[in-house]
Amino acid sequence: MGSEHTAKAFDTDLQELTRLVAEMGGIAERMIVDSVDALIRRDVALGQRVVTIDAELDALQKKIEERAVLTIARRQPMAVDLREIVGAMRVATDLERIGDLAKNMGKRVAALETDFHPLKLFRGLEHMTDLVQQQVKSVLDAYAAHDLPAAMAVWKGDEEVDAICTSLFRELLTYMMEDPRNISFCIHLMFCAKNIERIGDHATNIAETVFYMIEGQAITDKRPKGDMTNFATTAPNT
Amino acid sequence: MSDLSVSMSASGGLPQAPVLPEAPAKVTVRNLNFHYGEHHALKNINLTLGANRVTAFIGPSGCGKSTLLRIFNRMYDLYPGQRATGQLMLDQTNILDPKLDLNLLRARVGMVFQKPTPFPMTIYENIAFGIRLYEKISKSEMDGRVEKALRGGALWNEVKDKLNASGLSLSGGQQQRLCIARTVAVRPEVILFDEPCSALDPISTAKVEELIQELSEDYTIAIVTHNMQQAARVSDKTAFMYLGELIEFDDTSKIFTSPTDRRTQDYITGRFG
Repeated sequence: MGSEHTAKAFDTDLQELTRLVAEMGGIAERMIVDSVDALIRRDVALGQRVVTIDAELDALQKKIEERAVLTIARRQPMAVDLREIVGAMRVATDLERIGDLAKNMGKRVAALETDFHPLKLFRGLEHMTDLVQQQVKSVLDAYAAHDLPAAMAVWKGDEEVDAICTSLFRELLTYMMEDPRNISFCIHLMFCAKNIERIGDHATNIAETVFYMIEGQAITDKRPKGDMTNFATTAPNT
Repeated sequence: MSDLSVSMSASGGLPQAPVLPEAPAKVTVRNLNFHYGEHHALKNINLTLGANRVTAFIGPSGCGKSTLLRIFNRMYDLYPGQRATGQLMLDQTNILDPKLDLNLLRARVGMVFQKPTPFPMTIYENIAFGIRLYEKISKSEMDGRVEKALRGGALWNEVKDKLNASGLSLSGGQQQRLCIARTVAVRPEVILFDEPCSALDPISTAKVEELIQELSEDYTIAIVTHNMQQAARVSDKTAFMYLGELIEFDDTSKIFTSPTDRRTQDYITGRFG
């Protein structure tokens, strides 16, 4: 943003908002990794920790919202400053949702305590999580650095996650048809896969916010989408 | 941005103020230059004031915005050593034409100043005085015109029972609305506001701002203001001026959310000097 405001306290307010968003981002990233880790290792205690820590994320989001509203009331921000504040609020909302999705996965760990756990499924989930976590990390870095190309790379890079999610869905359907005793497990895992895919969508939302903050306009292009789970069946594609 | 191959427009997921369609030009400024003696105060100004639109002029002190406003009704003629060159048209009339009847011009282009300047006479006479300069009308007609003007100035209900009280007995905000009513009384086409609210309290300011918006239905309006929020609230177009140059002129919603020029951005976000 370049030069400083004549009112130095305004700069401090804006920096504090950015810092709080970064803090939220750190917690949200950790929650994603821990929740999937807990799923794969069926570590109920770790899953529970993810559930507990979500309250911290919620509190931070509330704090960001309060600060943002106060700054708007106090400074009547314009142009780049206004977009910066609106951006912080939007990113905080996405991060809060990411936390909720991770928390939801943490809750499901206890339900997955069964002997049935095909390694291939977990590998797919793990791979998807790696990708999504990288997306979240990259977009948060892009937010902090106002790096438009990096944000756009995240915005366009969601396709692979969608593709893995679709193939996981197919596989899970197959397992459920093979043996009805797998259904409960598979349904839980299906929700987890969907949660991770949703987290990826929030990363692209954040990328759109970064675009708005820098360019002052909304993206109107259609984002490439590979999520075909709505059409997933066990029958091969014709 | 082109290398990212992402297209943008004002319509998208994020809120953007609606943009009014372009209005026909009421005042056209082409290559306007202005000198105070040796000082080159305005440099090659080009812009148009759209009919029935509110155009705001913002910029740091000394940027030339008030100077520009004062050219629109040839106020500078009152002072020696000041000269304007270029083209300035009010519809088909050349405002800079030395043979132009200035009284007639100022009836067409009215002005409201920073400090309320009621005449030391009754409220009624404050309005009637201007009308009599241009028209000879009967007492009953005059009563009607005074009432209409005071209604136009959103002051009628507050003064209708004391039209014979002195204009100076009114509060600051009322005095300013009296001045607006006085301007409206002679049925101008363009109204110039030079910092009309800087001496007013917030409630009077809100009343005047509301009035400006109402007046734009009938008049073309130009307003100079130091209050950025005010410019954002009342105007359709905003011109940012700096060191005698017009830096950026665009839709107000664009100027205050994503201005193009760095200097505009620095000024409106409070990063200047």
